[in-house]
Amino acid sequence: MVESQNILTAKDFKSDQEVRWCPGCGDHAIMNAIQRALPELGIPKEKFAFISGIGCSSRFPYYMNTYGFHSIHGRASAIASGVKVTNPDLSVWQITGDGDALAIGGNHFIHVVRRNVDINIILFNNEIYGLTKGQYSPTSKFGAITKTSPYGTVEHPFHPGELVIGAQGKFFARSIDKNLKLSQEIFVEAARHKGASVVEVLQNCVIYNDKTHAALTDKEHKEDRTIILKHGEPMIFGKNRDKGLMLDAENMRLKVVELGEDYTEKDILVHNAENENPGIHLMLANMRYPDYPVAFGVIRNVKARTYDQSVQEQVDMVKSKSSIKNVDDLLRSGTTWEI
Amino acid sequence: MSKKADAIEKEDVVIRFSGDSGDGMQLTGTLFSDTSAFIGNDLSTFPDYPAEIRAPQGTIGGVSGFQVHVGKTKVRTPGDYADILIAMNPAALKANEKWVKDGGTIILDEDSFDERGLTKAGFKTDDPIKEDKLDGFNIIKAPISSLTKEALKGMGLDPKSILRSKNMFALGMVYWIFDRPLSYTEDFFETKFKKKPLVIEANKKVLHAGYNYAETMEHMAPSYKVSPGNIDKGIYRNINGNIATAWGFIAAAEKANLKLFCGSYPITPATEILQELSIQKNLGVKTFQAEDEIAGICTSIGASFAGNLAITTTSGPGLALKSEAIGLAVMTELPLVVVDVQRGGPSTGLPTKPEQSDLMQALYGRNGESPVVVIAASSPSNCFHYAFTAAKIALEHMTPVILLTDGFIANGSEPWKIPTMAEYPAIKPPIVTEETKDWKPYARDAEKLARTWAIPGTKGLEHRVGGLEKDELKGSVSHDPLNHQKMVNLREEKVQRVSKFIPKLIVDGEDSGDLLVVGWGGTYGHLTTAVSQMQAEGKKISLAHFNYIKPLPENTAEVFSKFDKIVVCEINMGQFANYLRMTKPAFKYLQYNKVQGLPFTVVELVKHFQKLLEE
Repeated sequence: MVESQNILTAKDFKSDQEVRWCPGCGDHAIMNAIQRALPELGIPKEKFAFISGIGCSSRFPYYMNTYGFHSIHGRASAIASGVKVTNPDLSVWQITGDGDALAIGGNHFIHVVRRNVDINIILFNNEIYGLTKGQYSPTSKFGAITKTSPYGTVEHPFHPGELVIGAQGKFFARSIDKNLKLSQEIFVEAARHKGASVVEVLQNCVIYNDKTHAALTDKEHKEDRTIILKHGEPMIFGKNRDKGLMLDAENMRLKVVELGEDYTEKDILVHNAENENPGIHLMLANMRYPDYPVAFGVIRNVKARTYDQSVQEQVDMVKSKSSIKNVDDLLRSGTTWEI
Repeated sequence: MSKKADAIEKEDVVIRFSGDSGDGMQLTGTLFSDTSAFIGNDLSTFPDYPAEIRAPQGTIGGVSGFQVHVGKTKVRTPGDYADILIAMNPAALKANEKWVKDGGTIILDEDSFDERGLTKAGFKTDDPIKEDKLDGFNIIKAPISSLTKEALKGMGLDPKSILRSKNMFALGMVYWIFDRPLSYTEDFFETKFKKKPLVIEANKKVLHAGYNYAETMEHMAPSYKVSPGNIDKGIYRNINGNIATAWGFIAAAEKANLKLFCGSYPITPATEILQELSIQKNLGVKTFQAEDEIAGICTSIGASFAGNLAITTTSGPGLALKSEAIGLAVMTELPLVVVDVQRGGPSTGLPTKPEQSDLMQALYGRNGESPVVVIAASSPSNCFHYAFTAAKIALEHMTPVILLTDGFIANGSEPWKIPTMAEYPAIKPPIVTEETKDWKPYARDAEKLARTWAIPGTKGLEHRVGGLEKDELKGSVSHDPLNHQKMVNLREEKVQRVSKFIPKLIVDGEDSGDLLVVGWGGTYGHLTTAVSQMQAEGKKISLAHFNYIKPLPENTAEVFSKFDKIVVCEINMGQFANYLRMTKPAFKYLQYNKVQGLPFTVVELVKHFQKLLEE
């Protein structure tokens, strides 16, 4: 990618369209974080393409002063793949929600992750269908009462991180709408990662699923209920940084311990996001409150070949070896005869 | 080669090779076709194979056939009925006996006509000839399997490989009957099995054994001669519709100076286009085998947004899955070509058999007022031209185009006089550059009504497109009632304006007369053969065959107005006839329809037209 001549600011990425998300919706904060992250990347504005599907979050491209495509329900992964594969020079972002990416678009989502197409997927997870006014989504908690589950859902929710790792994902991170600074840092890392980067952002739907993530944003307790993971640093958390994560090898699971007499920092796991083996990453991604703190930050960040790069290399390789240089050559290749 | 003095001189001849799907009948037929083409015949082929890859051996369901029609002059169909049928087993005989001309020749591998084989094929007695009343045919019982084994004795080949080469024995026999040289086929062995000298030798041996066998039993086999005829001078190759389609798109990309992208999902009978494009990376083609039909088209829409010539390929069920995304391309006014190689439907239907029953789906099978250009190729080789044209229209008019072919022309092949790219026009998509001042994404040119195309990466032209209704100029979201009306009208009018850029409808024959035969797409060969036969008999019959369906050629009504009767012939229940009733309501349309998973036969067409002329 070409380095930008002029220094851009968040303002340069705002379009002239009126932002129509509900007041208090978590989407506003996520957009702010992205608009602040983009100038850090040093990529000229015209090289960004934001692709979305359908849903509240998918209105996002309209509000960005970049190339954008608001497509159809569930298909943004496929459209973004087409953009990136044919124009690898672009920085391609997919904006999606839990319904768009994991229900109607579930198939495309796992395949774009499996192929490792170099796009950044920002998954707004509010555990509800907002734009259709309040039906349960594939991430709604078991038993959730919604308009289509008045007696509670009887479905087991998807955990996006688990799905990403199951699809051989190389990059998975989690943030939350209220933590703008963390989101901004993660978006930058996601953009710098070559390959499919999935960032799950826990987002509050103020109208249909208000306070679904409240346990994690509560000022008093949030630091005890969440952990911000940093590559190379011990997994310590808590308001007083007095708790940590250890591997309970006997039971093949993580355990939360209090630092003090029994355990010291050296007993605590050190986060290695670059570990090829996804075992610990999966455990971290699956930690749920109240049994565990919910993990934020970059959970997995492993280098691998990207699909778009491999496609281009194969084309270049075949081209360099072939004697067919144009269509006239092609039409006359193989068996022909003259009359 | 000894010239046979008593050979019967024929204008054209039809040969049908048939056997178990593992017997190599497609290859045998192809090799015979190639040899015939090299010596200067025209020809048309039609492979007829089952949907199963290897259906139970020896059963009718597993019979694979390949028909080739060889002629001195222009041949336009693979022929209705065969002069010679080669049946490698009883099931092949059972499945194909109805396709042999009265008094024609049937060559059997008599080794396979044992009790087991006969039972599997559903014969009830040990005499299939008597049982199925085939006495009127010239039956040649040849011990093909045992003579193949004999020929290869002592070469050290395993029994399976030996038996696999029995198709070459049959081919050798056919070469003798038609006095064809063996050299082209021998050259094929040399190239194909370059690293396996033993296989080359074995195949040659069997081919010669078959040839010699036919010669020694000369008194039984007929001997035909189809001399090279009056064929345009030039360089030729054999091509089928799917390969021609793939190449047409590559040609269009070259002429438009764009990269070609194909996002697609394998589906019979369209898969070969994706396969061929995957080979042609040497010309920069990028292919994407998607996770499903929807992703196939959506990756292509993404590629189109990103500035490529983007296409997707499918067949009927896949077109159904793609319909929402086609609507997105209509709304975003991005260039896109969707190829539908039609097959029998509904649902999974008849995957390997041709039909023309996706026409209404192509025209109207989407939510909302969603007009697209619809065009149809009409022969294996002109798939090249219509793929090129579909891409040209999509790119220059900024619209999705659906290109219809069908299993018959997609798999059928014919010799093709190779064009040069200099003969083809340039393609000029309305791409805007960064110098463009005051650019509006949905502003249009006055003539075509096409919007312009700003490719991501172009400085200063950042904009958003999407599936929500667009403001008529800015392209931003608009819910304004009058704007919606205007946009619906504009999208339709943009498609209709294409009629100013396509050729007029041509009438094969006189401009006026008693009967106008109307067809579209892959039925051209049969219709023109039937019509020209009747014209030669002095009948006042002409053919108007459509390649452009939406929009129709501008002179359509004018052509129709000069005939007493119009009959619309289709391999469906009357979809084009109904479309004509809607768009050109001033005329009365008779119909001739057939839905048997088979092409028309010339014989049935002539019979029907005769009746209409007499009524």
